[in-house]
Amino acid sequence: MDGTPDKVLIDRLLLRYRVEQFYIQEAELLDSRQFHAWLELLADDIRYWMPLARNQESGKWDGEYTREGKDLNWFDEGKFELEQRVKQIMTGLHWAEEPVSRTSHMYSNLQVEDREDGSLNTRCRFLVYRNRTETETDFFVGKRHDTLRRDGDGFKVAAREIFLDQSVLLAKNLTIFF
Amino acid sequence: MSVDTLAGYTNGLVNLDSGLISRDIFTRQSIYDEELERIFARSWLFVGHESQIPEPGDYILGKMAEESVIFNRDRHGKLHVFLNNCRHRGMRVCRYDRGNSTKFACPFHAWVFSDEGKLVGVPKLDSAYHNELDRSKWGLIEARVYSYYGYVFACWDEETPDFETYLGDLRFYFDDYCELPDGTHGEWEAFGGTFKWRVPCNWKFGAENFAGDYYHNPSHASVDSIVLSPAGVKGRHTYDTITRKREQYLLNICVTPEGHTSRGQLFKDDYEYMPTYQEMTVVEDYFRDCYAQRQARLGEKSRWFGHGGTIFPNVSYSNGVQSMGTWHPSGPHETQVWRIFLAPKSAPDEVKDVLRHYVIRYQGPSGLTEQDDMENWGSAHEGARGTIARRYAYNYGMGMGYERKGWPVDWLGGDVYATEDVSEQNQRAYYARWAALMDQPPSAPQQRETAAAAE
Ligand code: FES
Ligand SMILES: [Fe+2]
Repeated sequence: MDGTPDKVLIDRLLLRYRVEQFYIQEAELLDSRQFHAWLELLADDIRYWMPLARNQESGKWDGEYTREGKDLNWFDEGKFELEQRVKQIMTGLHWAEEPVSRTSHMYSNLQVEDREDGSLNTRCRFLVYRNRTETETDFFVGKRHDTLRRDGDGFKVAAREIFLDQSVLLAKNLTIFF
Repeated sequence: MSVDTLAGYTNGLVNLDSGLISRDIFTRQSIYDEELERIFARSWLFVGHESQIPEPGDYILGKMAEESVIFNRDRHGKLHVFLNNCRHRGMRVCRYDRGNSTKFACPFHAWVFSDEGKLVGVPKLDSAYHNELDRSKWGLIEARVYSYYGYVFACWDEETPDFETYLGDLRFYFDDYCELPDGTHGEWEAFGGTFKWRVPCNWKFGAENFAGDYYHNPSHASVDSIVLSPAGVKGRHTYDTITRKREQYLLNICVTPEGHTSRGQLFKDDYEYMPTYQEMTVVEDYFRDCYAQRQARLGEKSRWFGHGGTIFPNVSYSNGVQSMGTWHPSGPHETQVWRIFLAPKSAPDEVKDVLRHYVIRYQGPSGLTEQDDMENWGSAHEGARGTIARRYAYNYGMGMGYERKGWPVDWLGGDVYATEDVSEQNQRAYYARWAALMDQPPSAPQQRETAAAAE
C-alpha cells in the first residue's frame, strides 16, 4: 500500500454504507409503525419466508428447516399477503396488535455480496425486541438473508429469508414484521 | 382430596344445572395436577398422522400431556407410541424431532432400546448387574395405539374402552373430517413440519373455543375485513364464498356423554357447486369434480358441511384447512400447541399449494385469525386468576334447555344434541365430561409399575 485509498475497498465500504442506511431506515419505519411506508421498500414480487426449525441429528441437518413452497412455514408469502397483514393491524380491531406492540429492530454482522445480475445478497443477524400491554415481552433472534434489487439510489427487498433460532416458538404470535 | 374438590366437580365447580363454571378449574395448581392423572392419563390422545412416518424405522417425537413420546413405525411396519423416557433414570432416549432408526440409545448410561421398545442392550450386564437384571421387564413404556384412517391416537390406560367406543357418536362427524373432498376415505398427507408454540392460557381455553364458539365472531372483525380466503374475496373462510347463498342451519353438535363436539352447516337442499377459485383453473376443476363425486356418493348426507370441533380432551380438528391441533397442558397457566396440516395425497400440486398457503395465514401464531383467538384466551385466563375475580363463576348458560335430539334430521347420529346458530351447548357437554372424569379417582395409582417390577 502506498497510502492512496484502495478504490475497490472504498467502493465496497460505500456499498456497505448504503445497505446499512437502507436497513436503518427500514427499522425506523417498522419501529415507528409506518407500515405502509415499509411496504414501499418491498419489491412487488417479494418472497417473504420464515421456515420452522427442527432438532435433528448432528451432521444430518438436511431438512433442519422446512422448505419454502412445500412445507409448513411461519411465513411463505408475497406482497399481497403482507399488505393484508398491514391492513389488518390498521383496522384497530386486530386485538393481538391492539394496542400495537412496541418494537426495536436491531441488525448486525452485515455481509454484502454482489450478484451477477446487479442485485445484492446480504446476510445479517437480527434481534427484534417486542413489548406490549404491560408485561408481554419477546425477543426474536436469528439470521436474515436478503436479496436487494437496486432502485435508483436505494434498494427494494426482492427476497427475504428469516431463520429464527427457535424450534418451539416461544412467543404466542408473529404479528410483527422482520 | 384437596379443599378445592371437596364440593366435587359435577354440580360443584362445574354446575350443569345453572350453566355456571368456577374459574378455579383454569388456574388452580391442585386441579391441574389432578387433571394430568384423571383426564390425560386415561383418555385417548392424538399423537400424529401415519403420513408423518411413512417408512419402516421412521419416527417423530410427539407429546401426551406434558410428556414426550416417540411415535414410530418399526422395521416391520407396526406403529408404536413409547414414553420418551429411559427406564433407568428417565433421560430422553430420543433427542431429535424426527428421523429414522431401529434403535434408541440412551445418552446417560447407554441402555439401548429397540424400535419395538425392548431393552436390547445394557452395558456391563454381566460384570456390574451380575446378569440379574431381567431385561424383559425394563423395556420402554408403551401406550395403546389406534390408527383411525391414518389419524393416530394413543392411551395409557388399559381400562379405557377401545378408540371407536371412546369416539362414540362423533363418528359421523369425524368420518366426515377424515373423508377427502370427494367423499372417499382416501389418503391424506401431512405437510412437512409441525407448528409448535406457547400460549399463556390454560389448555382448556383453546379446546372449548374450537369445540364450538360461533359467538366469538365479533373478535374476528379485523380479519373479516381483509382478504384471507383463497377464493380471493373478503373474508376468512373459503366456505363463506361457497355457502353464503344457501338455505341452511348453522349447527353446534355435541356427543354425550363422551364430550366430543362438532360444528358446521346443514344445507336444506342439494345445491350446485358454487364457483370458488375462478382464477385457478386446476384448483377450480379439482374442487368442482370432488363436489359432484361427494354428492353422488353420499346423497343427502352430503348436505352436511363440517367446520370442525374438539375430540375430548385436547385435540381440535378443523375441516377446510384440514388441521389437527393439540392443546398440550404445560402447567395451569400455559398451553403448548402442536398443530399439523394435511392435504389429499392425490390432489394436484396447485391444490396443495392453495391449501398450504391458506392454513399458514389462517391458523397458528402467524395466522391472522388465531392471533386474535389467542388474545382472547390469554385475557380470559388472566381473568380467572384474581382473588376477587375467582369468586365469580363464568357463565356457560347460553341456549340451555334448547338442545334438541334427532333434529333437524334424524341421520345426524344417536346420542347427539344440536342447537342452532350460537349456543354454549358444546362447551357444557365438554365440561360435563371433564367433571365426570375428574370426580372419578384413579383406580390404580402410579405404583403399578413398581409393583410389577418387584414381582
Ligand atoms: S438413564 Fe438411561 S441408561 Fe441410565
Ligand atoms: Fe376464533
